[in-house]
Amino acid sequence: MARFILGRLIGGIVILWLVSVLAFVLFFVIPKALGNNPAVLFAGRSPDPATIAGVTKKLGLDRSYVDQYWNFLRGVFAGRHFDSGSDRSWCPAPCLGYSFRNDQPVWSQIVDALPVTASLSFGAAVLFLVVGVSTGVFSAVRRGGLFDRIAAAVSLAGVSLPVYFTGLLLLLLVSYKWHIIDNVHYVNFTHNPALWAWNLIPAWLVLSLLYTANYQRLTRASMIETLGEDYVRTARAKGLRERTVIGKHALRPALTPIVTIFGLDLGVLFGGAILTEHTFGFRGLGAISIDAVNTQDLPVTMGVTLFAAFFIILANVLVDVTYAIIDPRVRPS
Amino acid sequence: MTGPAPAGTPFLQVRDLTVSFRTDDGVVHAVDRLSFSVERGRTLGIVGESGSGKSVTSLAIMGLHRRGRRVSIDGEIRLDGEDLVTAPAERVRGLRGQRMAMIFQDPLSSMHPQFTVGEQIVEAYRVHNRVSRAAARRRATELLELVGIPEPARRLDDYPHQFSGGMRQRAMIAMAVSCNPELLIADEPTTALDVTVQAQILDLMRELQKEFNSAIIIITHDLGVVAEISDDILVMYAGQAMEHGGVEEVFAHAEHPYTWGLLQSITRLDRQLETTLRTIPGSPPSLINVPPGCPFHPRCTYRELAGPAASTVRPPLAEASPGHRVACHLPVDERRRLLREEVTPTL
Repeated sequence: MARFILGRLIGGIVILWLVSVLAFVLFFVIPKALGNNPAVLFAGRSPDPATIAGVTKKLGLDRSYVDQYWNFLRGVFAGRHFDSGSDRSWCPAPCLGYSFRNDQPVWSQIVDALPVTASLSFGAAVLFLVVGVSTGVFSAVRRGGLFDRIAAAVSLAGVSLPVYFTGLLLLLLVSYKWHIIDNVHYVNFTHNPALWAWNLIPAWLVLSLLYTANYQRLTRASMIETLGEDYVRTARAKGLRERTVIGKHALRPALTPIVTIFGLDLGVLFGGAILTEHTFGFRGLGAISIDAVNTQDLPVTMGVTLFAAFFIILANVLVDVTYAIIDPRVRPS
Repeated sequence: MTGPAPAGTPFLQVRDLTVSFRTDDGVVHAVDRLSFSVERGRTLGIVGESGSGKSVTSLAIMGLHRRGRRVSIDGEIRLDGEDLVTAPAERVRGLRGQRMAMIFQDPLSSMHPQFTVGEQIVEAYRVHNRVSRAAARRRATELLELVGIPEPARRLDDYPHQFSGGMRQRAMIAMAVSCNPELLIADEPTTALDVTVQAQILDLMRELQKEFNSAIIIITHDLGVVAEISDDILVMYAGQAMEHGGVEEVFAHAEHPYTWGLLQSITRLDRQLETTLRTIPGSPPSLINVPPGCPFHPRCTYRELAGPAASTVRPPLAEASPGHRVACHLPVDERRRLLREEVTPTL
């Protein structure tokens, strides 16, 4: 089992490295090849040639691509110098460079934004997983019944309504009409856990509505399949109580596809729930990446991309390991 | 809980059992007024083609049909005198696995792939017995040993996919007999296994029957299996009983044209292959539109001899000789003549 996990981790690291090469090519090689000098983006509005030359030297853009990539990697693991002769600075590991816009280290921006995104994603994930799976099981057991039909209608509405509609509607009601939560904003968990949760509730509801619908439908379909399996009939033939038959014998195999999708969804969410963050004005990874793209802030874009990739790959590794725990047939012997 | 039935009543008695399913295409008459009984220590073989209602009957006895708008079950199923058709679902659940147990056709799909063999046996035992996990585990080890699995204590922690087909069926049997059931229903228990393993499994069932003195119902389409293990045979067609009697009597003096057809379609190595294998012409009827009269009449070679009643009146399951009942419109003398002159020479 340990070897299995180690293997998956090594695989994950290789993929992450490939992503970093791809991101580097995408953000630093291709723009330059198209005549879009990153140094000009950094140097500000209508810069003079001397400034551009200084920036080029400081960012090391005058060196070969291999050198530039190597310096980037070294920065991540060991820290690096940015040196233009007169202006010399040390960027400690993990160094993802400095923002073109505000000269802040990319790493610290990400670290500041991460708790926001993590709070949002994690809370929503718990909510949609619990609600989606339990209603899905109930729908499958009583399929064709009243609950199932209502759940199907609500689900359809859930997947069809975009976050910027439900989010704004909820904000309008909760904040502006009924004044239940005035001025929704992000509060640090360490600062005040109650206020943290209170302010996040509308965003959790909105974000999870979208996913709950999917999990409800997925669980329902998966459960209907396993409920028809021979081993479920065997469980009943043994005289097991119906809740054991459903909650143990049918649910466990039904969870396999759900775990897969959950891992991927969680990875994507941690990379930034862009629409939800934007709607509620939270400064999470999603908001940062939107700003970075809009202002052509290449180091921040690259940093956020790598971060999102890291979470998706991590989630995949966790999915593989969870698989092996759930299903002994994929476990290495 | 009702007390034990008065002496003379059979352990399992099925009377006029009727199971039908409502579907979008119409009502499926899966089992129609079926009656039979099984005593402790005896084995009944139920044979028939696919769709003849064998499995539906066994699931009805076990109470495994999901009652409701779509399934209706009528008649009586008396286990030791207690009627299971009218008993509350929770009562039947308590009997399932305890006094009556079932073995299924494909042990690979019938065992849960994500729990160990031991966990599955322990679970079956602990639903009906208030014992500790450790005691149940000891019991599971004994059971695996009883069904002939080598190194039972070690194999307990294996998953079903780590067992061979025959071993899996043995484990399935261990699970079924964990609570010493008085009635054991085996639905095609050897169909998914190769021939040598088949014989071992049948031997095992016979040994277990001796040990527990249980009543066994074995459902199969293989007359060879019936001949080997059963005391009685019930031939079903389109959800109805065609012929019922002692195995030796029915094999030697079959009186129903459908039974003749089944006997003729057995492959035999000791016979010259001068003719192709005999089959019964036509195919089993739709259970939504069961032919009126005798359900077998459209496929019956001798229907002309039976007269017009064949297609209008359902023949009763009537005693042809003591303990041997046949549902056929042909006069008894005519059936015996046909068997003697036309059927026996082809067997």
